[in-house]
Amino acid sequence: MSEPKKEGIFKSFKNLPIDSIPKTVLVAVVLCLFCSMVVSFAAVNLKSFQLANKVRDKQKNILQVAGLYYEGINIEQSFASFEPMIVDINEGLYSDKFNPQEFDDFSAANDPMLSEALIDDPASIGRRTNYATVYLLKNKDESVDKIILPIHGYGLWSTLYGFVALEEDGNEIYGLQFYQHAETPGLGGEVDNPKWRAQWAGKKVKNQDGEIMIQVAKIPGVSEHHIDALAGATLTSNGVHNLVRFWLGESGFDKFLVNFKNGTT
Amino acid sequence: MSQTRKKLLVDPLVDNNPIALQVLGICSALAVTSSLKVSLVMALAVIAVTAFSSLFISILRNHIPNSIRIIVQMTIIASLVIVVDQILKAYAYEISKTLSVFVGLIITNCIVMGRAEAFAMNNSPVDSFFDGVGNGLGYGLLLMCVGFFRELFGAGSLFGVVILQPLSEGGWYVPNGLLLLPPSAFFIIGFLIWGLRSWKKSQVESPEFKIQTVEDH
Repeated sequence: MSEPKKEGIFKSFKNLPIDSIPKTVLVAVVLCLFCSMVVSFAAVNLKSFQLANKVRDKQKNILQVAGLYYEGINIEQSFASFEPMIVDINEGLYSDKFNPQEFDDFSAANDPMLSEALIDDPASIGRRTNYATVYLLKNKDESVDKIILPIHGYGLWSTLYGFVALEEDGNEIYGLQFYQHAETPGLGGEVDNPKWRAQWAGKKVKNQDGEIMIQVAKIPGVSEHHIDALAGATLTSNGVHNLVRFWLGESGFDKFLVNFKNGTT
Repeated sequence: MSQTRKKLLVDPLVDNNPIALQVLGICSALAVTSSLKVSLVMALAVIAVTAFSSLFISILRNHIPNSIRIIVQMTIIASLVIVVDQILKAYAYEISKTLSVFVGLIITNCIVMGRAEAFAMNNSPVDSFFDGVGNGLGYGLLLMCVGFFRELFGAGSLFGVVILQPLSEGGWYVPNGLLLLPPSAFFIIGFLIWGLRSWKKSQVESPEFKIQTVEDH
């Protein structure tokens, strides 16, 4: 019944002069509605792919830092040999408050309930999370082979996010890798250079007295604690130096690593 | 394909290149050309956006009120850019990480808006589509040229394949760090424009004023 009337309204709008106010409003509203529909359709439909990509990217980086990644590997399958655990950084113990599969490190670092503001803040991160996901690479007999710790801190232009892999003694570094940063390509961006990263393997974080000795510096130090700074990227190198020392130090994972070594986690 | 459509597609490559002749879209050309792979993806993204934004704007051109013309164009362009960004994040995650904000900044790329306003508002949808693809290709061609020089001499590789073995990896080539920084694209684009205008004299602009000589007095 109402069909012809509707067409009448539509026609009368269509016949309006283009520059009249009703037509202008109509065009604006219809266009905005249509465009927002297209955009939300794309966003909603692609979201699962994007999340899967993010997870895969993180897993790939963890595999890389543990030296298990090579081209063409099945990331999901290889990642199964890692056991994610939530660590309470202040206590230095495993925490079962959260499900490690669902815990979101990024939002925890900004959540005032789960993080604390830093006064002494060498890594320039503002707030430090109280809980972090660490990944344990297990041997076949369930003993721990490597510990992967998340680290981040400020370089020259950007916050560098990465992982450091430690041997089972919690002191010898196996590898270090950043998965997200925006340092200058060719200069600070060389933190991604495999040649430079290879230096980290076998270095000791602490000396026998338990002092943090690891350093990224131009001036050579004790060789088992020394990483050559990147040429032409002093500030990025300083950033890496500070953030590694911060996260492996007292305000970072030190307590956890000590407990881990003593088997009291 | 008719002659005019072919012309629409080919003209912006050399004769009427959006970057070299019209000097539009320089900003993103500086930012994303440090490697060829990234340049290629950026070029494809811009081709898609210019082509489809011109198409849709041309379809709507008789219904777009003059007073909100620019906003309507921006809305269409922005929506397309968001869709492209989402697709990249879903299917080319690694590259979308390197491109980061620059995909979003296609919205402000003067080429897209320029073609919408100068061509699509007055021409048929199919012609506009070809014009969009052509200009996107012209932009992409220049991006690839700049990316070629920057990646080859800045990192010693092409598409990530090592051509000149850098010193830091046991080779002989000392990479030119400047070429990895955005300002180097300025020099390269400048040289390209110089080369292009020496070859095609018709692109040389006439001087805006003449210096008076003594004889004229």
